[in-house]
Amino acid sequence: MTMRRRMATACCSAITLSLGATACGGGPVSAGGGEKELSGQTLSVAAVWSGAEQKNFQKVLDAFTEKTGATTQFTSTGDNVSTVVGSKIEGGNAPDVVMVPQVGVLQQFAKKGWLKPLTPATGKAVDAGYAPVWKEYGSVDGTLYGLYFKAAHKSTVWYSPEAFAQAGVKPPTGYEEMLKSGRAVSDSGLPAFAVAGEDGWTLTDWFENIYLSQAGPVKYDRLARHEIPWTDPSVVKALTTLGELFSDRKLIAGGQKGALGTDFPGSVEKVFGPDPEAGMVYEGDFVAGIAKDQFGRKIGQDAAFFPFPAVAGGKAPVVSGGDAAVMLKDGGNQKAAEAFTEYLATPEAAAVWAEAGGFLSPNKKLDVASYGDDTLRATAESLIAAGDAVRFDMSDQAPAAFGGTKGVGEWKLLQDFLRDPSDPAATAAALEAAAAKAYQG
Amino acid sequence: MTTTLTAGAAGPRRRARRRRRTTAVAFVLPALLLLGALVVYPVLFSVGRSFFDAAGTAFVGGDNYAEMFRDPATLTALRNSAIWVVVAPTLLTGLGLILAVLVEKVRWATAFKLLLFMPMAVSFLAAGIIFRLAYEEDPDKGVLNAAVVGVHDAFAGTSSYPTARPREDQGVTEARDGSYGTAEAVAPGSTVNLGLVGVAPKEMPAEARPAPAAAKAGAGELRGAVYLDFTPGGGGRPGVVDPAERGLPGLTVEAVRDGGASAATTTTAPDGSYRFEGLADGSYTVRLPAANFAPPFEGVSWLGPALVTPAIIGAYLWIWTGFAMVLIGAGLSSLPRDALEAARMDGANEWQVFRRITVPLLAPVLTVVFVTLVINVMKVFDLIYIIAPGPVQEDATVLATRMWLVSFGGGNDQGLGSALGVLLLLLVIPAMVFNVRRFRRSQS
Repeated sequence: MTMRRRMATACCSAITLSLGATACGGGPVSAGGGEKELSGQTLSVAAVWSGAEQKNFQKVLDAFTEKTGATTQFTSTGDNVSTVVGSKIEGGNAPDVVMVPQVGVLQQFAKKGWLKPLTPATGKAVDAGYAPVWKEYGSVDGTLYGLYFKAAHKSTVWYSPEAFAQAGVKPPTGYEEMLKSGRAVSDSGLPAFAVAGEDGWTLTDWFENIYLSQAGPVKYDRLARHEIPWTDPSVVKALTTLGELFSDRKLIAGGQKGALGTDFPGSVEKVFGPDPEAGMVYEGDFVAGIAKDQFGRKIGQDAAFFPFPAVAGGKAPVVSGGDAAVMLKDGGNQKAAEAFTEYLATPEAAAVWAEAGGFLSPNKKLDVASYGDDTLRATAESLIAAGDAVRFDMSDQAPAAFGGTKGVGEWKLLQDFLRDPSDPAATAAALEAAAAKAYQG
Repeated sequence: MTTTLTAGAAGPRRRARRRRRTTAVAFVLPALLLLGALVVYPVLFSVGRSFFDAAGTAFVGGDNYAEMFRDPATLTALRNSAIWVVVAPTLLTGLGLILAVLVEKVRWATAFKLLLFMPMAVSFLAAGIIFRLAYEEDPDKGVLNAAVVGVHDAFAGTSSYPTARPREDQGVTEARDGSYGTAEAVAPGSTVNLGLVGVAPKEMPAEARPAPAAAKAGAGELRGAVYLDFTPGGGGRPGVVDPAERGLPGLTVEAVRDGGASAATTTTAPDGSYRFEGLADGSYTVRLPAANFAPPFEGVSWLGPALVTPAIIGAYLWIWTGFAMVLIGAGLSSLPRDALEAARMDGANEWQVFRRITVPLLAPVLTVVFVTLVINVMKVFDLIYIIAPGPVQEDATVLATRMWLVSFGGGNDQGLGSALGVLLLLLVIPAMVFNVRRFRRSQS
């Protein structure tokens, strides 16, 4: 036992050394002089990914195997990471590394004492390569537990260039201009926006973008922590702004009723499907994936995006999210886990997936040329350019009962607001009541 | 002597009885242990848990129960559960009875029964997904609405420009009844052009021609064009007939005298032009009646807040009818045939036989089916969770879904969840007691 541990320690320091060498020199990777220190060891990784994402992440794992010799084993947890990981820990079968998809889950894991802090080497890589906001979102009480490997950009409005050409409008740069362009598109006979009202989370994203731009990041953070109530005038103002869009029948495909009956894939289909029923759809970078894979659109040509425009004098918002790699205390193979998280912090690891597509890295060091297509590159540039102004999805940070459950809390209340946007103050009061209950529990 | 004798006789008897009791306990013990571990303990634990807060550390007394009845969502769930318990078993027992009686008279009875029983083999999850699709509101996706819309359109027909609307601030306004008309009144001898927008190029009729720029109206004449005030690619001037802008053919146009009565009616030509001749002096407005723009019939909103519970009950019926039918059918086949025959001999018609003989004789079976279904309906969960879309989830919720939602599905308040579980238990108990009583009675 002691023997093995000592050996493992030796391996670990060798890797740290070699990584250090790589970071400095940036030359070809020669892990400890061509030797593969982790050969014979198995690293188990759990993440929510399945399908294409899992396939692409496997490429990253394979690259890690090639570099270190450790074999890897991937488990897809499905949507409910915390339950799956919790039961695995109790069952004595904890994965070494988990990619947690929400900042709330990361905090929950840390508070339960499941997590091991990241190594100082990873910390250094984060300091050097990431905007400080990412370190903050990966830390709990000042300790860095999570390394954001994959990011999402949730401030992109996707449009059909053909519809814009037909209406004679250009991608707008301000919120008012966006509504104006929307009316022009709608005059051309195509409703402007497809809104996925059946899925509450798309509505929370709408609200968050407007709020972040209108009220600014400081208030956004305070609202996310529920330090200011939802009845705050800034919330009412943002809801009023959103209501202006929601109440305009011309701007929404199918009107409010149609929007409430449209789910997220349906909203993408309305814009990029075979029989377009709308000109624009707002959601994150993943819209491109659906438009491309399901509807055969060529991204950048048949489907393009513009950044969510700034609302009345504010700055353009960048709402984001991401999957953070954390190490579990109960994982059987700590050394491999450390090596793997250190590896994920390198631009080299990010480049593997960036090339395959459907991936954004918050790592500034990653050369944007690594991305497979121009649209992805533009999204990545916008994310990096936002630097410290990036904010995480607010509803992801809230307790699930408020920000993450079908049919209740913020999802349900914003759906009610979409149905009848006439009284933003009443909606704000209802949101506050629901939030007060959820945050206290 | 006698006493010792009796004692001697009683000893072995008592011993034998004791031995018998020990054997009985030994046999019952595994079952009791299982029952205790799997049923009694969880029930008691839930009852205990319902007096603690979300974290399970602080005793809160009856707070969870108070909170439960204060929450409007629980009240909706109670109401929906009540609807379910009353409607679903009644309909199912009725349907099962009718089908069982009818199937007896069909030649392919077994095939028919098999067919009706088949949905039982489909999991609730799969059935839920199937019905979710069938109830979809978009007629292009939901088969039920496709049928409804198909039937409706076969009789009612559709309007030609459902999406058209007036160009804003250009003198054409929408009236309360949905018709569009000019805001200002004009005298005969004027030309009035009405600009509309919002018609997609692919929805324009093939015969549409560019609208005439300006036509001079003669005396007693009112003319102009209804045109699409939108230049493809942009660049058109609002309120002006630009060269690329086409007329809207086939629209009904009315000339309305200032009093409000329609003075003349006509239809627009392929270039969108219209013309009223021989109008008396006075001031007129030009109106496009609402029928031109009636929105297409969109079918029934099956999964809207109003219909969602009946819709889900419909799906439940689809699954369970076979069960009710087979059970009642079994009871039916064991009925004394002579009673039925005798009634028929006495001149009773089929309806009378059914009402006066079959149903009363079947009453015990019907009760069993009904009560079993009541207990079953109390725990319905998956269908509701899957079929009800997010926005109406709360309108469709029942106690079981509420319990899950509160304790695991986001709320993570297992104290409140346990309280709901206890309520559900209390509501099921009467049905249970009833069933056990019946069972005992039929045994004795």
